[in-house]
Amino acid sequence: MSIDSEVLERDLDVAQEAAAPTSPRRKFLFMRNTKALTGLVILGFFTLMAIIGPWIAPYDPDARSKDVLQPPSWDHLFGTTHIGQDVFSQILVGTRGVMVVGFVAGIVATTIGVLIGVTAGYIGGFGDEGLSALSNVFLVIPQLPLIIIIAGQLPSAGGLTVALVIAATGWAWGARVLRAQTLSLRKRDFIEAARANGEKSWRIITAEILPNLTAIIAAGFVGTVGFAVLSQITLSFIGITSVSEWNWGTVLFWAQAQLALQQGAWWWFVPAGLCIALLGMSLTLINFGIDEFVNPRLRSTGLNARKLRKRQIRPRIGFTPVVHEAKEDRS
Amino acid sequence: MSTQPPGPPPSPQRGGPSDDVPVLAAVDLRKHFPVRGFRSQQVVHAVDDVNLELHRGRVVALVGESGSGKSTIARLLAQLMPATGGQILLHGEDARVKNRRGFRRYVRRVQMIFQDPFGSLNPIHTIRYTLTRSVKIHQGNLRGKELEAALTQLLERVQLTPPSRYIEKFPHELSGGQRQRVAIARALAADPEVLLADEPISMLDVSIRLGILNLLRDLRDRLQIAILYITHDIASARYFADRTMVMYAGRVVETGDSESVTQDPKHPYTQLLVRSAPDPDDLDARARGARGEAPSLVRPPTGCRFNPRCPFANELCRTEVPPLLAVGEGREAACWGYSERIDRPELGELLDVYGERPSLDVSAVEALEAVPAPRKGDDR
Amino acid sequence: MRFFVRRIIFYAITLWAAITINFFIPRVMPGDPVQAAIAAGGGTISPDAIPALQALFGIDPTQSLWSQYVDYLQMLAHGDLGTSFTYIGSPVLDVIKQALPWTIGLVGIATIISFVIGTLIGSGIGWRRGTWADSLLPISTFFSAVPYFWLALIAIAIFSVALGWFPSSGSYDRNMVPNLSWDFIGSVIYYGTLPALTIVISSISGWILGMRNMMVTVSSEDYVTVAQAKGISERRVLFGYSARNAILPQVSSFALSLGFIVGGTLIMEIVFSYQGIGFLLFNAVNAKDYPLMQGCFLVITIAVLAANILADFVYGALDPRTRQEG
Repeated sequence: MSIDSEVLERDLDVAQEAAAPTSPRRKFLFMRNTKALTGLVILGFFTLMAIIGPWIAPYDPDARSKDVLQPPSWDHLFGTTHIGQDVFSQILVGTRGVMVVGFVAGIVATTIGVLIGVTAGYIGGFGDEGLSALSNVFLVIPQLPLIIIIAGQLPSAGGLTVALVIAATGWAWGARVLRAQTLSLRKRDFIEAARANGEKSWRIITAEILPNLTAIIAAGFVGTVGFAVLSQITLSFIGITSVSEWNWGTVLFWAQAQLALQQGAWWWFVPAGLCIALLGMSLTLINFGIDEFVNPRLRSTGLNARKLRKRQIRPRIGFTPVVHEAKEDRS
Repeated sequence: MSTQPPGPPPSPQRGGPSDDVPVLAAVDLRKHFPVRGFRSQQVVHAVDDVNLELHRGRVVALVGESGSGKSTIARLLAQLMPATGGQILLHGEDARVKNRRGFRRYVRRVQMIFQDPFGSLNPIHTIRYTLTRSVKIHQGNLRGKELEAALTQLLERVQLTPPSRYIEKFPHELSGGQRQRVAIARALAADPEVLLADEPISMLDVSIRLGILNLLRDLRDRLQIAILYITHDIASARYFADRTMVMYAGRVVETGDSESVTQDPKHPYTQLLVRSAPDPDDLDARARGARGEAPSLVRPPTGCRFNPRCPFANELCRTEVPPLLAVGEGREAACWGYSERIDRPELGELLDVYGERPSLDVSAVEALEAVPAPRKGDDR
Repeated sequence: MRFFVRRIIFYAITLWAAITINFFIPRVMPGDPVQAAIAAGGGTISPDAIPALQALFGIDPTQSLWSQYVDYLQMLAHGDLGTSFTYIGSPVLDVIKQALPWTIGLVGIATIISFVIGTLIGSGIGWRRGTWADSLLPISTFFSAVPYFWLALIAIAIFSVALGWFPSSGSYDRNMVPNLSWDFIGSVIYYGTLPALTIVISSISGWILGMRNMMVTVSSEDYVTVAQAKGISERRVLFGYSARNAILPQVSSFALSLGFIVGGTLIMEIVFSYQGIGFLLFNAVNAKDYPLMQGCFLVITIAVLAANILADFVYGALDPRTRQEG
């Protein structure tokens, strides 16, 4: 509620300078950030799996077999379940469920957030008050209990439904941040200059304001995807959502129902958790990358002490070196 | 004329006589901002009873310090905010815009340049994009060769040649002066009759300022644009403007041709402004600083708003607001001292009243040098 | 003053919104909740209860929507949250009152520990840039990217099943009767250690990251440089100047998270069968015990609202800038 919007404004000012791309070199500066790159690679891998998973899965995830509770082998890379199902196939097929929900929720929530947040920030006055009140209400109402209640009361909560419910309860944070940024952008001279030039309002919003917000929108999107994935898996795990569609959470649901841990069937548990952790970490890394790209002061955290010394920057206590990644064209 | 819908009248031919009807005129313009508060009735008296006229091919300078209301006037004239009172006349007709289309028509005649050259250009767009937008809004949906020609012409007009060197750049790749030229080019795309320049050179390096002023002067002469030049530096007003108006605390205190106002200021405040410009030939004058601060605009002083700082102020000044009184050929000053009233104050030389600062006492300096320097670590 | 008045008005509106959402959810969901409730009750709910149920759900066909809503509000105003189906005959309020202290106690302590340790580590990392301490960040990030329940299950597998150090479920020894003896308290602590530990590990990275980022921003401010230039000892600059300013958003985040104590640790309670309010809500959803569901949701929302109010007041008290509202 009482987030420090001054910090956000400061970050935006720095983001302005960072966001202006000059040569192609600068455009891919973001890519050179190892954290972000790692994150993107992992994310790309999972996206690929989501697309081709069901085709390359060696077995039908629902198919039973006689190999009950087998540890990992060449035949079953991740072992089998209590009724002989191949865990590897389940994970592969489940990737699609996870990614679809994540991205759908992310896109819907971000879109709503942008629409409401930017509009509220730009129009001001009563419209702003109304929209802000709306998003604040959604912000405060506890998300998980609400999701559980709604999902639990629906007869069959499939993946898409869950995605929409998550988006409907989770858009408010992004809207708030975007509103704060839009408010501060609006006071900038170039917006007033565009108005004084006779530019239409919708063009000002889309062509002048939105491009300056891309970094924040991107960070919000990534965060929402992460949150959606976690929520969906959690909901599947506790059995609230439909267990007929495969996702990593359902795998764990069945594992827990069959007391896999107590039986020592660690292979049933571990892969799903690791996948989730990897995906979550990749998203966090991407967000770190965006953070550091936007705020040059955080950049040197990517360099450890040795590399810093090589660049002849001594990390003095409390002193934050701003590392120049690219030479500017000061002609 | 009464059968036409309200709004700015059609643009007259260029090349006609420039004297009679002012292109843009403000009549008794007033702007009060409400003070934000729970149940606050207070207002900020930003602009009160301002009358000004802009004629073709002539520059009017509006001089004042921060809080004088000059930037507010620019925005009022650009109709970026509604006025609380008074009229804005374009070629003698009421030009108050009521809707967006009216605003767009108005904006084609009256353009504005902002103070911060970096801030007024969107840093993520190239110069090409910024100027193209302006061209498309004001000159129609030009494309291809026509668009290129229009852009080239704009850049050449502001002396950014060769245009190809600048057009693909981003604002942060240009110097302050270059950015300001781009901002001027953007305004010129509308082929305006009036240019409102809000402190166009204040944020530029001193060596660049002259170049921009010369550019504006050139535009005035060639295109016969009426220019409102807002500044806090009265010396540049003398260089560039035909007429000068001085503002203080939201009111106009003196008007006249620039030469007279700057060489022979009549209003006490103008005298203060002029004299406080550092004159390397007169070091003593530099020592006589101003006293007091700018007044609150929420509760401005009663009577003449300058009276707390004016050494000549008397009871009349504290109770009644002085109107603009004629003090010479085409000159006016809002000071009771120039009126015929019996209870008017006695005006003298401002600087004589402020007196001299005590000059440096040589013996005191020698005494100081005799004291040893403080040891390190003494002062925490 | 005006600042607080505006906030209180806002919270009142939010409370009203939550209550109204609570009112409408059973109405918009497919199926007839009353019939489902009776079926779930398995014959223990007499037909006399139907009008009360209908009032609770706001689906009385004989009354207008508005009067149903008013009935519902009146029930709430009397503190009557309805009667639970699963805990037959018990008023929902009583059931919740029994479960609430468990949640608040365990999760409250765990959050406080996580906050304190995380903030200390975060300020240390933020202060000393480019040293080995930076590697703590990815490690703790990994732990928070792992879904909490998975972490909990692994923890159970290791510490409970394999090593047998801690029990895997429950909030206290079933053989004991709740009382205020040291035995009982010891049992509570024993059963609560593993859940608390998992909460701390899972949430600590958030505090570390937040504090570190703030420290980085604050340390570059001029007043810190001035303090250093004055020759003040590094420790004092760290704590007295940097940390003290960096901690402002942290404190408000902390107060906010207090609100999430009640709602967000649903999962922990489910996994550990810990009888707090989250567990209650979960069981209620599964058993389609609507009164209990609605009651839990309402209580959780009120807790979040209260925490938000607290956060606003604390932040307003700590940061003098918020007090001057233009």
